[in-house]
Amino acid sequence: MQDAFAAALERWPIEGTPANPRSWLISTGRFKAIDRLRKTRREVSSPPDPLSLEVSSPPDPLSLRERGDDISESEDYDVVDDRLRLIFTCCHPALNPDAQVAMTLREICGLTTEQVAAAFLTNAPTLAQRIVRAKAKIRDAKIPYEIPERRDLPERLASVLHVVYLVFNQGYFTRPDLAVEAIRLGRLLVELLPEPEAIGLLALMLLHDARRATRTNGKGELVPLEEQDRSQWNREQIKEGIVLVERGFSSRQIGPYLLQAAIAAVHADAATPAETDWSEIVGLYDVLSRADPSPVIALNRAAAIAMRDGPQHGLELIDEILARDELGEYHLVHAARADLFRRLGKKADAIAAYNQALAHAVEEPVRRLMQRRLRELGETA
Amino acid sequence: MRYLCLIYEDEKWWEKATESDMQQGMAEYNGFTESIKKAGNYIGGEALQPTKTATSVRVRNGKISTTDGPYVETKEQLGGYYLIKAKDLNEAVQVASRIPGAKNGTVEVRPVMEFDQP
Repeated sequence: MQDAFAAALERWPIEGTPANPRSWLISTGRFKAIDRLRKTRREVSSPPDPLSLEVSSPPDPLSLRERGDDISESEDYDVVDDRLRLIFTCCHPALNPDAQVAMTLREICGLTTEQVAAAFLTNAPTLAQRIVRAKAKIRDAKIPYEIPERRDLPERLASVLHVVYLVFNQGYFTRPDLAVEAIRLGRLLVELLPEPEAIGLLALMLLHDARRATRTNGKGELVPLEEQDRSQWNREQIKEGIVLVERGFSSRQIGPYLLQAAIAAVHADAATPAETDWSEIVGLYDVLSRADPSPVIALNRAAAIAMRDGPQHGLELIDEILARDELGEYHLVHAARADLFRRLGKKADAIAAYNQALAHAVEEPVRRLMQRRLRELGETA
Repeated sequence: MRYLCLIYEDEKWWEKATESDMQQGMAEYNGFTESIKKAGNYIGGEALQPTKTATSVRVRNGKISTTDGPYVETKEQLGGYYLIKAKDLNEAVQVASRIPGAKNGTVEVRPVMEFDQP
């Protein structure tokens, strides 16, 4: 059951590979003078420069600017800034959301239009048309090729992270290559712009991807978290994810991605399903539902409460969500109810709910798990 | 680069507004206008009378037709505009986000078509 919920949560974005910025963006001559963010980076992360005399003197905005312009325009910084500019331009919120994803995959990850179209089940000409329109808008409305200013950064970064999340999500069951791209893109972002939510998203992707090998079985059926062979989880990735979660939490700016990553980390940390710290998970969902309230989060929270306090408590919360007329067509609501009925031994209710889940489920691995549950209930009925 | 910021608001709000609401609303707009004049973004801007005063004009087959309206059933109506100068869309969005009407209504930001001089 948990994995079904995890699947809902795990729908996130992507990551792109560092690629050479494409000429169409660069040729428009939108290079900007060194902006504030870049200066900040230089200040914070450049190694001590023997030429720089100001190291011990108090930071002076003017001297910093001059320094930025004067010192060896280290090529690293140019590349860093250029990639960031490219990412922020491709993911500009004024562009059509599909085009944002498509341009990111094409221009940053280097996928072809055909590959992007195949991944998102659109046809290539339609996608190409969207990209053409987006590029025309970049030119005509003058969307700048630059890293956003500090004050705009949270909102603009959210837009970038969402694109990465979408790519990862798209690769969740069937396209491991997209998940790999998403993680690569996430790594790039953390390297270029180590904001807590970027760190959170990378951690989230790593932790979920660590379970990839065990998430479906040989029959292409979704394997619930509690039935997964934990010895097959990718420990390296889990370790990396947990370190990132800790790093993100030390910033004290705790956002939704970081919280979801923390939840995944608690699961990853449990050697057996029985050792899962459900109180911790419920606590994290409490914070998450305040930070980013949504019916899906409420559903996941209900499932965690069911694990902590018993199925009946979870059922009551899920029925409250449904009573608010939310998520009625969302297969995981019915899958969750079915599972709780099953645990309570209410077979008829469980069968009805699994059938409802099947009626709304699209992804084949999820459908197969529902079908297996129905068979099991039939056999023992 | 010039951008036209079209302000769509529920005009019923202004109809129903009390005297003091009205004054506060006007003060917000005046304050905003002053701020963008000072910042050098302002080119022009006006508030419009309500849509019930609107007239639609069309010429078909050489004949002028004049009708009341447009009667478009939308929750928000064009109530005013600013024409601004901004270095790029990001700056234009920054300016538009501070238009008081953006808090309740919607501001549509449209780049102005620039034609080459002959």
